[in-house]
Amino acid sequence: MNGAVPANVVSLEVVTKTREADGVVSLMLARPDGRRLPDWTPGAHIDVVLPTGITRQYSLCGDRFDAHAYRVGVLREPDGRGGSAYVHDVLAPGDVIGVGGPRNNFPLVPSTSYLFVAGGIGITPLLPMIHQADLLGADWRLLYGGRARESMAFRDELSAYGDRVRVVPQDERGLLDLAAFLGAPRPGVKVYCCGPPPLLAAMERACAAWPPYTLHLERFVAKEQGAPARSGPFAVELARAGVVVDVPPHLSVLDAVRAAGVDVLSSCRQGTCGTCETTVLAGRPDHRDSILADHERAAGDCMFPCVSRSCDDRLVLDL
Amino acid sequence: MTSAPATAPPGVPTDDADPFAPDVLEDPLPLHARLRDAGPVVYLSRYDVYAFARYEQVNAALTNWQGFESGAGVGLSNFRHEKPWRPPSLLLEADPPRHDAPRRVLSGIVGARALRTLRERWAAAAEDLVDQVLAGGSTELDAVPALAQAFPLRVFPDAVGLPPEGRENLLPYGDHAFNAFGPSNDLVAKGAPRVAELSAWVNARCAREELAPDRFGARIWGAADRGEITYEQAPLVVRSLLTAGVDTTVHGLGAVLYAFATHPEHWARLRSDPRLARVAFDEAVRWESPVQTFFRTATTDVAITDGVEVPAGRKILMFLAAANRDPRRWTDPDAFDLSRDPSGHVGFGMGIHQCVGQHVARLEAEALLTALARRVATIELAGPTRRHHNNTLRAWESLPMRLREA
Ligand code: FES
Repeated sequence: MNGAVPANVVSLEVVTKTREADGVVSLMLARPDGRRLPDWTPGAHIDVVLPTGITRQYSLCGDRFDAHAYRVGVLREPDGRGGSAYVHDVLAPGDVIGVGGPRNNFPLVPSTSYLFVAGGIGITPLLPMIHQADLLGADWRLLYGGRARESMAFRDELSAYGDRVRVVPQDERGLLDLAAFLGAPRPGVKVYCCGPPPLLAAMERACAAWPPYTLHLERFVAKEQGAPARSGPFAVELARAGVVVDVPPHLSVLDAVRAAGVDVLSSCRQGTCGTCETTVLAGRPDHRDSILADHERAAGDCMFPCVSRSCDDRLVLDL
Repeated sequence: MTSAPATAPPGVPTDDADPFAPDVLEDPLPLHARLRDAGPVVYLSRYDVYAFARYEQVNAALTNWQGFESGAGVGLSNFRHEKPWRPPSLLLEADPPRHDAPRRVLSGIVGARALRTLRERWAAAAEDLVDQVLAGGSTELDAVPALAQAFPLRVFPDAVGLPPEGRENLLPYGDHAFNAFGPSNDLVAKGAPRVAELSAWVNARCAREELAPDRFGARIWGAADRGEITYEQAPLVVRSLLTAGVDTTVHGLGAVLYAFATHPEHWARLRSDPRLARVAFDEAVRWESPVQTFFRTATTDVAITDGVEVPAGRKILMFLAAANRDPRRWTDPDAFDLSRDPSGHVGFGMGIHQCVGQHVARLEAEALLTALARRVATIELAGPTRRHHNNTLRAWESLPMRLREA
């Protein structure tokens, strides 16, 4: 990969890069032209396309009421494949990176009572949830575990919430006592947890006796998206119109199709409204929308041509 | 509403028009042009509100939910000071974070993807209706009751899962709800005698046991079972479907039928390429804007242009219809034109409150237009048309038409 940012992703500038804890930095991202960013809800994540071509997903952990900046927290992962190391060592304020999304597979459901459990960098999606729960006057508590106090990010922000927050560094106080924190199963409480796989597994066991739909987990494995499928051109065959359209890197599929004289209705042009939904007859779409759930993305039978592209040389659409 | 004659802040032009007066509702276009030309923001002295009529400001206000809230009501009445006539909508009259979960649930249920299974059924229903209407060759009919109302009333209440009885209450209920966004004028007074009865009927239909299994309504209750919304929220989300899902679509269909009756060359074009049905509907929504206006309330002093701001707590009136015909945004905006790309029109709103049911409306329109295009060679007006007045909606009362079978 040679640094080409796919056209479907917006370019955002790194406004600030802040050390939040040992091995954790936060990035504030904004549009170079100062315009609004797409709206998001707590639990949402963005795809970040680094200049190296690596794509990683990070939870938004800033203030959703600020339409002009996204904040993400990035943990340096020593065993990672270079994404977090790049962010920590190379990326600097003023640099421009590609951002896709936001999408939310971890939404906060309404309740008057929440229990939040964070492991390490898993605190990031929970931060805006906590803010929201607090805003609504819900009864909430947070149990926040990490290896050592110095490696646990955003403790200052959380200290404002007083004793609703319990910070438990493992080297001082051992593992999280989930059973004590959760207490006896009771209806109406929603439990949200994000962190490393062993913590998620422990939460599943700890919540086994709770009513269904109590526990909400986010599997926080910063998955490698397999790179933005291709940086070169590809062809889109419009089955009903009987034409083949070349899509160069700088053009969206939507614009390429329209330029070929075939109408596709669009509205948001950022993969959030669903207006341009198109059936895929053959080929694998490279999804870049904020609409489809993971199983729907995997099915690959539809796409949003305002943002999505192709994994294959040729994509056949029902147009 | 203040009674003393109010004045505009410096730099903001004043207009004393009544956007809800009968002559304006009959033909709002001259007022829209005047407000657009007056400036990016205009002070409407009669109601002591600010108005946006240009595309740029309307679009910006719709997307700026942080600066312009919906929770104080999207009508003239300010819920901070006045009690709403019914419990506020969890979608239309709520802001984040309260707005998030109801919106997410409903958009999953009536989103484009979820509607795929309805496509064939609605296409068949449209064929049926058109067969019925055409029985007997050349046909004269009033397209408002015969098509624009008949089709949604055939398919939508079924899709929601309503029982057959009482469906005739849906249109008057919706009509009143949209009137109530305006001032309490004679249109609101006209609806008042039946409000209690209609509200009681609609509210009763939102109960779980009233709704047929596996339809939109039951799925909303299913989301409550999974905790995605609360059981208290479920009936109000169902109510949103019943309030916003009928009249708007009826008037959108009226608009597109009127457009074709007055633009025969475009009807011919649709017949030769029925895939244009969706574009036609959106172009008609741009051109006629069935939802003409909505209000917001400034959460803080919001800067509009250099040196001009809307003060905190004040209502603004967004003229969606004027924005949709703003020559600063559209080429030849008054033309109904199938070769135009109507994308970006604000007839369904924009941003987090963008019409959640737009895909339902488009699917209904596509089904009906496709069925008509197959059977009907020409559509023309067969007599004088009559507008239906509503404080928020642009609508037809009567569209006499002659349909000639192909
Ligand atoms: S235009 Fe909105 S999803 Fe493509």
